Amino acid sequence: MLLPALIGLGLFLLLPSVSAAVLGFTNYILGPIPTEFVGLHNFLRMFGDSTFIRSMLNTLYFAALVVPLQTVLALILALLVNRKVAGVNFFRAIYFFPTIMALVVVSVVWALLLNKGGVVNGMLGKVGIGPIPFLTSSAWAMPSIVLASIWQGAGLQMVIFLSGLQAIPKRLYEAAEIDGASAWQQFRHVTIPQLRPTILVVVVITTILSFRLFVQPFVMTRGGPGGSTQSIIMYIYDKGIGDFNLGYSSAMSFFLFLVVLTISLLQRRFLSRGE
Amino acid sequence: MSKKTRLKRFGLYLLMVLMAVFFLFPLVWMISGSLKLESQLYADLDKLITFLPTPFTLENYRNMFARTDFFRFLMNSFIITGSTILLGLVVNSLAGYALSRLEFPGRKLVDSSVLALIIVPFEAIFVPLFLIVDWMGGLNTYWALILPFVADPFSIFLFRQFFVQVPDSVEEAAYLDGAGYWRTYLQVVVPLSKPVFATVAIWIGLNQWNRFLWPLVVTSGKAKQPLSVGLREFFTNPPVNWSQILAFSSLMSIPILLLFLAFQRHFYKGVAAQAGGKG
Repeated sequence: MLLPALIGLGLFLLLPSVSAAVLGFTNYILGPIPTEFVGLHNFLRMFGDSTFIRSMLNTLYFAALVVPLQTVLALILALLVNRKVAGVNFFRAIYFFPTIMALVVVSVVWALLLNKGGVVNGMLGKVGIGPIPFLTSSAWAMPSIVLASIWQGAGLQMVIFLSGLQAIPKRLYEAAEIDGASAWQQFRHVTIPQLRPTILVVVVITTILSFRLFVQPFVMTRGGPGGSTQSIIMYIYDKGIGDFNLGYSSAMSFFLFLVVLTISLLQRRFLSRGE
Repeated sequence: MSKKTRLKRFGLYLLMVLMAVFFLFPLVWMISGSLKLESQLYADLDKLITFLPTPFTLENYRNMFARTDFFRFLMNSFIITGSTILLGLVVNSLAGYALSRLEFPGRKLVDSSVLALIIVPFEAIFVPLFLIVDWMGGLNTYWALILPFVADPFSIFLFRQFFVQVPDSVEEAAYLDGAGYWRTYLQVVVPLSKPVFATVAIWIGLNQWNRFLWPLVVTSGKAKQPLSVGLREFFTNPPVNWSQILAFSSLMSIPILLLFLAFQRHFYKGVAAQAGGKG
């Protein structure tokens, strides 16, 4: 019963994971050059490679913007739809729908919306702002990608927050009400502390997802202008699939995996301390 | 109701509507842009009429079908997504059932290994996976787009969690009747477990339908490419016609929209499952 799953996992998940680690220590390039074990060479090269550092910093910048903004927006959305008012299921569906759309489509549509002569600039022009070079200036390009990403992803975090909110015992609010706590005080002293584990889960998930940034810059800016939106996955793709430098790109993949693993382990630490 | 609470209610409602506008306008613009001429796409940008398909035309769809092999891509997407869902349901549910019921040496180890594999991000292994699939002769084949995503640690985890909650007593009657593991599984357990099957189907299906990086890496040419990568043909093969791109994008999103409307609840679960925690 287990066998098909084990074969699949072994061949397509475990083997490539191990290969990434092993190849990372070789100079493997598709072509005539013989493959040799090169020790830590690739990893040392990474930290002297300005494009790698830049891609990593871009990815961190993306995460630093997306994680707080998306978490706050998702929490607001969850609070809005966690009430008993008319049409709340309808609104929930609207906020959620972008989550299931293909990232390619989302990126294409937002690239058009944010174009210099696009709708967003058209509307902003009406109130006397802009035009803003959303995708063509290195200062605006990453925030624009962040905007598209938040639009696509907030619904997911909303659903997680919603399940967290619904798990808070009603009696806590009743007790707070008897004590005369205002809505804000209830939010501050009941909702937030009770929601702490959920907030941590959302933050960690969003962080991990943001390290996987690829499609949005690939479609919206091609990593530009001037490399300002090139993500680490884009660089791995360029080196591995573009230049066939499989040793080096495997080393970067392995490094990325270690980063994600560290975040996951920290999450587990934090969560178990919270309980 | 006091005036103050009424005002507060109104304020919150307004916020809810504004948020809805933010999440809807790109979709409205995508669909309406696909239904008017490209020359109209950048007209009246400062007026709300820019969100309406005026003058209405189906020209873009006609030209898009003539220019790209939309139905080829659509068929590929259906084949890839459909086969992965079917195979994935069988393979992962069996594995989840085995892990929740059978006692065998090394069960604990397998169990925790599967759980540990959940955190491997696909983007961190696609380069060596490309190498393996290439070595197996998989470039430009359907199986290269399907098989790597059949056995999925997260789906196994979801199944296992569900089956653990199904009481053994349900199966005991079947065992007493002389049914083996397989028959009990098929005739007793599966019919009880529709919700988890639906959630996993949606989780695998969404991922496959929208997947971009992997098909980009292992396919070239339209013979095996899914819709997500097919969209690129507009850019690699100029002139770029944005209205046609919007027509392509709108059509590509319709199957998902219909599925969503039919199975909303399972979608919430499926996508929250994507978050890797709260099924």
